[in-house]
Amino acid sequence: MISAGLMNTLQITVLAGVAAGATVVVRTRTRVRQVLALSVYGVLLAILFLVFQAPDVTLSELTVGAVVLPIILLLAIAKVRKPDQ
Amino acid sequence: MTPRQRLWFFAVAAAGLVACYLWAFAGLPGFGSYPGPYGQEILRQAVAQTHATGVVSAVNFEYRGFDTVGEEFILFAAAAGMSVVLRRLREERATQPADEAESRTVPPSSGAVRVAALLLVGPTAVLGWWLASHAQASPSGGFQGGVILASAFILIYLSGEFLTFRRLSPVALLDAVEAVGAGGFVAIGLAAIAMNLPYLDNYLPLGTIPGAVSSSGTIALISFFVGIEVAAAFVLIVGELLDQTLLRRRSA
Repeated sequence: MISAGLMNTLQITVLAGVAAGATVVVRTRTRVRQVLALSVYGVLLAILFLVFQAPDVTLSELTVGAVVLPIILLLAIAKVRKPDQ
Repeated sequence: MTPRQRLWFFAVAAAGLVACYLWAFAGLPGFGSYPGPYGQEILRQAVAQTHATGVVSAVNFEYRGFDTVGEEFILFAAAAGMSVVLRRLREERATQPADEAESRTVPPSSGAVRVAALLLVGPTAVLGWWLASHAQASPSGGFQGGVILASAFILIYLSGEFLTFRRLSPVALLDAVEAVGAGGFVAIGLAAIAMNLPYLDNYLPLGTIPGAVSSSGTIALISFFVGIEVAAAFVLIVGELLDQTLLRRRSA
């Protein structure tokens, strides 16, 4: 078992990481880079949920937040960017 | 209103907001404290009542199964709506991406991406399938399993060609699987009513060993149907978007 003090440190570290990640996502101005930052942010959130002992939410966040949502956004950007017809 | 007045106005409003925020913050319960009795009660009784050692699944598919039906149909409606909005219109003709390879500047995916994606397809599919079909013992259930299963198909796209992805996940099959998944969930619930039990009551034998493959009655079954529904819905959504992006559509 991990001691309570170490667990608290871990939780605070991950919370700070998520706050920093969210700031990076908002501050990134290039669309494709922003999507990549969002994907990394999804992984950070998944770690947050894991540290707070919610493995089921971790798995959802990892797949939806870090994989599926960025893919949907990238496809939308690719579609808009391409000169069509 | 002059800019100076506006600034004062803002300062007063901001000070009020900060004061209220700090007041609320001081009154919060301690970090990690849980005042509700319901969660503790479920933790105490769930394994004995449902024979599912994955209590999250027991909550999702048993105690609040009716909520999960609603969530299920949110995703179902989203995928169905997407198919309708992005359907091929009568005057539209899809052209193969290869036809216009010269005019587009899509770089080919790198060898590293292809190999990594190819290696991950198998383990990802197995993990998703295991989570969806073993909800009674795994840390999560059909939803997570389904999304992970769907991402295995996305890996197939990354490792090869769009047309391979399409050949392995034909739209007609996805539509059918999605419908069977969503309908199966509802049908399991209705079967309980036919037996004069409450909707979604767990009427199947619970098995003797909690967490075993044959345990937990309808929980494992519902999770399986949720899994295939979610997997089909996500592959449908991503497939439709790939269609939109990779195949050009023109009015004939």
